[in-house]
Amino acid sequence: MEQGIRIEGLSKRYGEGDTAVDALKEVNMSIAPGEVVGLVGPSGSGKTTLLKCLGAVIEPTRGRMTLGGEVIYDGEQGGWKTKDLRALRRDRIGFIFQAPYLIPFLDVTDNVALLPMLAGRPNGASRARALELLQALDVAHRARAQPSELSGGEQQRVSIARALANQPPVILADEPTAPLDSERALAVVRILNQMASQYQTAIIVVTHDEKIIPTFKRIYHIRDGRTVEEVGEGRGIS
Amino acid sequence: MISLAGRDILHSWGKFVLTGMGLGLLIGATLTMAGVYRGMVDDARVLLTNSGADIWVVQKDTQGPYAEASSIRDDAYRGVLGLPGVAQAASVTYLTMQVRHGDTDERAMVVGFEPGQPGEPAYLLAGRRLLRGHYEAIADVKTGFRLGERIRIRRHDYEVVGLTRRMVSSGGDPMVFIPLKDAQEAQFLKDNDAIVSDRARTAGNPALNRPGVPGLLDAVNAAQTINHSVNAVLVKVGAGATAEAVAQDIRRWKHLQAYTREQMEEILIAKLIATSAKQIGMFLVILTIVSAAIVAFIIYTMTLGKIREIAVLKLIGTRNRTIAGMILQQAMGLGLIGFVVGKISATLWAPAFPKYVLLETADAMRAFVIVMVVCALASTLAIRAALKVDPATAIGG
Repeated sequence: MEQGIRIEGLSKRYGEGDTAVDALKEVNMSIAPGEVVGLVGPSGSGKTTLLKCLGAVIEPTRGRMTLGGEVIYDGEQGGWKTKDLRALRRDRIGFIFQAPYLIPFLDVTDNVALLPMLAGRPNGASRARALELLQALDVAHRARAQPSELSGGEQQRVSIARALANQPPVILADEPTAPLDSERALAVVRILNQMASQYQTAIIVVTHDEKIIPTFKRIYHIRDGRTVEEVGEGRGIS
Repeated sequence: MISLAGRDILHSWGKFVLTGMGLGLLIGATLTMAGVYRGMVDDARVLLTNSGADIWVVQKDTQGPYAEASSIRDDAYRGVLGLPGVAQAASVTYLTMQVRHGDTDERAMVVGFEPGQPGEPAYLLAGRRLLRGHYEAIADVKTGFRLGERIRIRRHDYEVVGLTRRMVSSGGDPMVFIPLKDAQEAQFLKDNDAIVSDRARTAGNPALNRPGVPGLLDAVNAAQTINHSVNAVLVKVGAGATAEAVAQDIRRWKHLQAYTREQMEEILIAKLIATSAKQIGMFLVILTIVSAAIVAFIIYTMTLGKIREIAVLKLIGTRNRTIAGMILQQAMGLGLIGFVVGKISATLWAPAFPKYVLLETADAMRAFVIVMVVCALASTLAIRAALKVDPATAIGG
């Protein structure tokens, strides 16, 4: 599995000395392109810390992360392999949040097109890419709408389109179904599976949502900073 | 790349424009304060220009007639006329007083002048010049007097026969021009009780009321009621003569103080309205600080309202430069709206001010630059707050 994301012995320690807290302890994970895995665990177990490390927002203490076949972090060899973490996040990692967090003053198209534009792509090409994704997610009819004019489900689909805009090898989804009812939550998971398959993106879904946990073919449980892999019920989602 | 600032402004343009208008009214007040100062300076210059004089001759060791009291003989102009280079010389009086107009009193500077000589209003808006030797007046339009109306100065009624404009004292009081003799009488006239008292005192003085010298008492009384003083002599120099050279001659030979146009302008602007200018300057500084504080507060508040969006923008890879640019552009946009509203407001309300408000284009340009600089500086607080936002806050936990 050279593409997707691989995490080996990832640890994160907050503080020093007596007050030090090990939020992550030798975490190992591997997600293939096109695969959607669940990351579940109680509050304070280290889910968010892991997400922040994977999202290049905080620096792990040690371990190794490989993204799309390329080592992006190696604690033994100086840490991050690039100084421009902003560009790393922009080009190689997609984010989906608990709430959609769309930029309220940009319309739907520009919310999605903003990422390619930030990466330096021409406006026209960026908007074309945005429309392609919006069509794939069945919200192209709301392309000119403002975020405040969309339903919760539509907003979440637009945020998925935004996460896919720069074709990242990995998408980190932080409780993406939390504010949604069962039907809409399952619809979102269905879309994530579809997009992962269509765009060959590895998706990690952090969730507490009992409704969607059974839908994952693979689940990583995290407890006290350690992960345990569990093969799911194999149902996936139709 | 799309303009994030522009989109944000368009998205909440109502709030933005209203805020800009509020700021604009403050900027308008600031521009008006500057205009009041410019108006005072311009009034002073126009006053000097319209008086038609090249030299102001006043009492020795005084800075009259506008800045200090000055009293010289009313025949002093004859001696001045005899000096080389002098084309015209005429006495004038200035007295700020209440002029009765119907049932109300109007504050005005009453100017006594000799028709056809320096000191006469340079031009008229309506009516005619003084033709009779007594009891006619020309008034600045700011007095509110109209042609044909009668006004009362001391004990006499005057008919307004002409109207002029831009003739105000350094204090902003509009001028009323009357014949010199009438002005001298008005300036030095005593009330009836004082005259009776003086006459009784004179009659009681054996040196002035000698039984063997008939007519002496009447002569002394007559001398006491006649006034031979004026406040200044205005001089116009002839072709080929320089004002400074003529002024030097007057100082040397006539033992009087003589000021050229430049010196009189210096007295009026640098000395007479200097305190007012400092006062206005202080207001300008305070208003600028208040404007800066308001812009800083507004932009800071607007930025705090977008902290989550800024965190998301940073997380998805937006450069700090782009975010700082967005906030800076919004601050500048606010300043631009504020300046336009302020300029329009100041232009609209300036004519309603009792004193002349002169809004100069150069001042407006300077104000525009200052507003933009102040807005840029004021945005630094918000930019600092935005740049400190941790992108991790976009991720829950």
